[in-house]
Amino acid sequence: MNTGYYISGIGHGALIVWVLLGGLFWNERDDRPLEVSEVSIISGEQYAVLSTPVPVPEAAVEVPAPEAPAVEETPPPAPAPEPKPQAQPAPVPEPQPEPDPTPDTSKIEPLPQTQVVETAPETPAPPPAEPSSAPLPKANTPPKEKAAPRIAPKAAEAPAPDAKVDETVQEAATPDVAAAKPMPEQEASAPEEAATEIVTEAEKPAAADPAPPLAPSTSSRPKSRPAAPKPQVAAAEKPAEPAKPAVDPLADAVAAAVQEVVKTPAAATQPATAAKPTASSAPAGPPMTSGEKEGLRVAVQACWNVGSLSTDALGTTVVVTVSMTQDAKPEASSIKMTSFEGGSDAAARQAFEAARRAILRCGARGFNLPAEKYGEWQEIEMTFNPEKMRIK
Amino acid sequence: MTMFRILTLALACAGFAPSAMAQNGPLRIEITEGVIEPLPFAVPDFIVENAGAYQYAQDVARVIAADLSGTGMFREIPASAFISNVTSFDSPVQYADWKAINAQALVTGAVSVGSDGRLTVKFRLYDVFSGAELGDGMQLGGTVGSWRRIAHKVADQVYSRITGEGGYFDSRVVYVAEKGAKNAREKRLAIMDYDGANVQYLTDSSSIVLAPRFSPTGDRVLYTSYVSGFPQIYLLDVATVGRTSLGEQPGTMTFAPRFAPNGQTVVYSLSAGGNTDLYSQNIGGVPTRLTNAPSIETAPSYSPDGSQIVFESDRSGSQQLYIMPSGGGEARRISFGEGRYGTPVWSPRGDYIAFTKQNAGRFHIGVMRTDGSEERLLTASFLDEGPTWSPNGRVIMFTRETQGESGAPSLYSVDISGRVLTKVKTDGIASDPAWSPLLK
Repeated sequence: MNTGYYISGIGHGALIVWVLLGGLFWNERDDRPLEVSEVSIISGEQYAVLSTPVPVPEAAVEVPAPEAPAVEETPPPAPAPEPKPQAQPAPVPEPQPEPDPTPDTSKIEPLPQTQVVETAPETPAPPPAEPSSAPLPKANTPPKEKAAPRIAPKAAEAPAPDAKVDETVQEAATPDVAAAKPMPEQEASAPEEAATEIVTEAEKPAAADPAPPLAPSTSSRPKSRPAAPKPQVAAAEKPAEPAKPAVDPLADAVAAAVQEVVKTPAAATQPATAAKPTASSAPAGPPMTSGEKEGLRVAVQACWNVGSLSTDALGTTVVVTVSMTQDAKPEASSIKMTSFEGGSDAAARQAFEAARRAILRCGARGFNLPAEKYGEWQEIEMTFNPEKMRIK
Repeated sequence: MTMFRILTLALACAGFAPSAMAQNGPLRIEITEGVIEPLPFAVPDFIVENAGAYQYAQDVARVIAADLSGTGMFREIPASAFISNVTSFDSPVQYADWKAINAQALVTGAVSVGSDGRLTVKFRLYDVFSGAELGDGMQLGGTVGSWRRIAHKVADQVYSRITGEGGYFDSRVVYVAEKGAKNAREKRLAIMDYDGANVQYLTDSSSIVLAPRFSPTGDRVLYTSYVSGFPQIYLLDVATVGRTSLGEQPGTMTFAPRFAPNGQTVVYSLSAGGNTDLYSQNIGGVPTRLTNAPSIETAPSYSPDGSQIVFESDRSGSQQLYIMPSGGGEARRISFGEGRYGTPVWSPRGDYIAFTKQNAGRFHIGVMRTDGSEERLLTASFLDEGPTWSPNGRVIMFTRETQGESGAPSLYSVDISGRVLTKVKTDGIASDPAWSPLLK
């Protein structure tokens, strides 16, 4: 028991001595050059003018003008292909700026003329006992294709026929001319109909009844009015003001204080890390809150479609890194798979392509990330683990 | 006091430094839940490279789109939504236009007909959001009469490149085509493309035929016929429609045949003296008895490596599934759920066994692992039976019969997740399908 006290005492004593004599704080504070800022004295009236809230730009409340379509990341715009007769054999030799990677026609190789021939047999002669005039049974009517259900983390009812499919629920709103502040017209939107897991025909509750009823047992009830949009959704539509998810302010304050305390010595003792060129210019801000991370995760998973993946790819976890622009859009060329686990190379490639599509699709309009914390999310590492999706 | 604060601060640093430093790297998140929905794709009409290719350019594109859409894994974006058109096979793709309509995959192609009557189809597949080609361009050639097969081959390539699974579109199905009243049904063998096109009849309807099964190379079909008055197994050459008996065995009935993976051996049930057992036989050879029990053993199916056979038996008092070595020997029961199990078929990938299950007055098509675990029922109806696997082992076709006087069988397919259940187009009443391997 005494041994523990001795070890603890020696350890704490060594730590105190190291703090006091190591110059961890004092030297750094002493050596740090004073930062001097130019200030000017202003009057009370001038201060009042300066501190008056800046009016929101009118463009933010006006009905937004139709925006130009998203510009392709690759530089030069493609010249519209000139209408040409389709049978024109010779390609246009004129070099044109290529907005996208030009297809490599040299890779087109003729298949080893796999004689794709009909190997079906000749139709056998109809038997004499069968009169040729006998009417064939009526052909089945073309099967009515029923769309397979969409599987998503959250169940959703079918949206109204006139509602736009979107991840957020939004009621339709028309401009109220009588209102003091006219609101822009809004299109109703709702998530696409989805179930949380695959329910086979055998697993459907109706399967318990061997005799299907001829008429519905109950009348269908009208759907409830959609819930009003949350304030965060409305705020998200204003790009100038990044939405702040509900978080615990105390936890944020503690995390920010710790980050503030820790960052300085860490940067001083690890110059290699601090020498990252873009990190210094990016606003670091406080660390990402769990709510902000969750928002990003939800945004990406909404586009992570594993429905077309092979079973092998569904057993493969891939780790993907992506660099983000300051407007929270992913840089397509930066998306790379750093590692994978659980599958073959081919399966990992399929899984990575699905992950890349998810990042690019849902990031096309920019993720909802706090601009003041750009340094925190400038580089993102996403682990796509499909384990839960295998058992849907 | 000051010292105490310093010490507190130092301890705080010591305690929090590791976790805080971990945040200096990239922001890390883990995505564990996604969505399962059809992947939107676009297939503009293929480019017409000469006058004779006009009709084929549209038809090939339509067959490709139908193949992909029919899987339930893809959803075609209609041409009316297109912003830009593909005017040349070699022109750069306007990715922004295809992104705008949420086309995640784009298939472009061109068709030409040579002076010798040969059809040439070339295509490219693009991952629109990545702005890159998926795989290399490819060119296929054949007679103009084989344009559907060429289209299926293109669709197989697209499917394979996106999903990582092998395709199954360039394949055929042999089945029993039926007609007439329910109590006097005429039956004959027919063969069609997997999607119901190009139906051709292999036998006449003078005698009842049952349970056709393809050889591993797809050029022969085993089936059971009552032409002799009793069920006997016949071997039919698909190309010549020539028919031979597997071997006359007077006083017996033979049925439920299936090829071994080597294409030379056949396993089947033989009923003699009121007992039914399993036999194997090289074509033209003598039968070898595999089981010897007073119970009924039938519906044998080889594992892909040919080392084992799964079959149904009522030796335990109810109809269940068993696995035994292909040369015979001790059988191991693998089905233990409620109800009766039958018609097991080993997946060509070897990972699952499909079966028919009857329980509580309903029939189901289901799958289980080869050790009997992970049983999952995919369908439920008045009568579902006779599963057959697609060449890639991801889709099952089966017979569904409706109830009542006017009830009739038809063909359905379901993927192994049970999510996509569709009716197969056939030219009339159809039952007992058997899927061919991919055509060469």
